[in-house]
Amino acid sequence: MRTLIRGLGELCITAGLILMLFLTYELWGTGQYTRDQQNRLTERLLERWEAPEVTTEQVELGSGIAMLRVPEFGDDYGFVVVEGVERDDLRKGPGHYPGSAMPGEVGNFVVSGHRTTYSAPFNDLGELERGDEILIDTREKQYVYKVTGRDIVEPTAVEVTAPVPYHPGKKPGERLITLTTCHPKYSDAERMIVFGELTAAKPRVPTAAAAE
Amino acid sequence: MYAWIWRRLPGAWHTKLAVAAAAVLALVLVLWNVVFPWVEPKVQFDHGVVTGTPSPSSSPEPGLP
Repeated sequence: MRTLIRGLGELCITAGLILMLFLTYELWGTGQYTRDQQNRLTERLLERWEAPEVTTEQVELGSGIAMLRVPEFGDDYGFVVVEGVERDDLRKGPGHYPGSAMPGEVGNFVVSGHRTTYSAPFNDLGELERGDEILIDTREKQYVYKVTGRDIVEPTAVEVTAPVPYHPGKKPGERLITLTTCHPKYSDAERMIVFGELTAAKPRVPTAAAAE
Repeated sequence: MYAWIWRRLPGAWHTKLAVAAAAVLALVLVLWNVVFPWVEPKVQFDHGVVTGTPSPSSSPEPGLP
């Protein structure tokens, strides 16, 4: 009897340790993968930007399309936005919804990102306030978006990704950005959405800081 | 359980210790590199995408209810 209880206790402790290890993996280990991928993507993106433009350039799923920076989150905050929002894309970094507008275009540039795992690119999204800048670097330009609002919606609220948010089917006239992530933290019960609009488009500074 | 395993390990205490440490390390590596990556998408609690996306790549979002 005694050995049985002791064995049970030992099993419980073991299970607890394994669970702790798993949490470490989720919150930190997955980030390692993202950091690796981001380094690779940054390198490739900068290489591509330096090379002469290929007019037939196709955006491949999972490849980097732009650099996202938020001055509010510090100077070393920078992520390469990848094309696609499938699981494998979002593991590499924030993902651009295929079919939504590209940076600077009329319409809605929609980007989704992890909030707690895989380097948690959108961890602090909730701290953005009206007027805060979201910078999107592309080959030629740096697009400066300013936050205009925030909302918490159901996970099925696709209308926020429409060219005119909440008005699917309406013809867009403005150049918008929409960031989506899960909400609350460590849950996927809802989605946090941050909206912004383009306020400036400058020539890109050639020394785009690498995402570290 | 652990006492039983410890008794089963061969050699003097330092050999036992080395074998035990190696076994723990091996277990951790297998968990970290094989088991956790497999489990992770199944318990994913961090999902930032709103579904029914205008995504032309039409495979449904994995891991969603």
